[in-house]
Amino acid sequence: MTDHSEKERVQIEKLCADIPYAAFLGIQMDLKGSEITTVLPYQRKLIGNPLLPALHGGVISALLELTAMAELMWALGPSALPKPVDVNIAYLRSGRPQDTYARAFVVKQGRRVAHVSAEAWQSERAKPIATLQGHFLLKAPVEEEKS
Amino acid sequence: MNPSSSDPPQREKPAGRPVFLQLGDQVGFMPLLEELPHARALGLELVFADWYEAELRQPYRKELVGYPETGVIHGGVVTTLLDNVSGIAATCSLHEFRLLATLDLRIDYMKPAEPEKALNGYAHCYKVTENVAFVRGIAYQGDRSNPVATSSASFMLNERIDLDIDQQVEIMKSLREQGVFGD
Repeated sequence: MTDHSEKERVQIEKLCADIPYAAFLGIQMDLKGSEITTVLPYQRKLIGNPLLPALHGGVISALLELTAMAELMWALGPSALPKPVDVNIAYLRSGRPQDTYARAFVVKQGRRVAHVSAEAWQSERAKPIATLQGHFLLKAPVEEEKS
Repeated sequence: MNPSSSDPPQREKPAGRPVFLQLGDQVGFMPLLEELPHARALGLELVFADWYEAELRQPYRKELVGYPETGVIHGGVVTTLLDNVSGIAATCSLHEFRLLATLDLRIDYMKPAEPEKALNGYAHCYKVTENVAFVRGIAYQGDRSNPVATSSASFMLNERIDLDIDQQVEIMKSLREQGVFGD
């Protein structure tokens, strides 16, 4: 596990502010110790079907992808710049018009590719609304510069 | 070998419009697009919708960027585009009104979308069973044979909506007047 400097912690927390799409969705990062939980506060513009009402499936998958990438950047440093190769999202329950949370864990980290698993939930962690399994390409490791 | 996701469906199309599009025509909106707040927030546009297939267009917007240094939009936007157009293709394959729920969605990313350019998402529903609709899709910019991403989605077909089209038109119009579809 990489040692995290204060600078890196700040970088991860700022991540969502620095990625326009994350800011557009309103995603926030909650970093406690070394555990990242992403938070997606409810907003009307995240709704898909207004008759249920339910969060748009694309929003939930975007939250899961961003969470997976944040977890990878936390594990490997921000220069890893993970890019999705493939993602599989299973929708388990409809997302209600309330806050959504997500966490990811790195199932397997190779030199170039990582396999990450993530899940999203609302009022109960034990009742996830969706899960993601995906592969992410990692930027080729560069010689670490002595700081 | 799997048929290419960009191949149009081989099945002959029934006469008339799919029931969901008929409903949309009479109420005056494109179902699964114009009444979804998130689709409106993204600026998703309809290219076309017909039996078994549909295409949407996601204009390039700076707030959808995932990689600020290059201006490339985030993968989540591609996923949302393909999820939405796949849902439309699935509803356009039904001969009666039924509620749909996405079960599973797989996206394979071939290459980053070019910045400053719109992204098109095309999907076709190649199989409908008693309970499930199966859809394949591609996201592309200009060239369907060189896609940005491909997708495979399955939708659960839930209970039949036990109302005829005229009843549904009245209900939809009333809901719209009440602002249920608004921002």
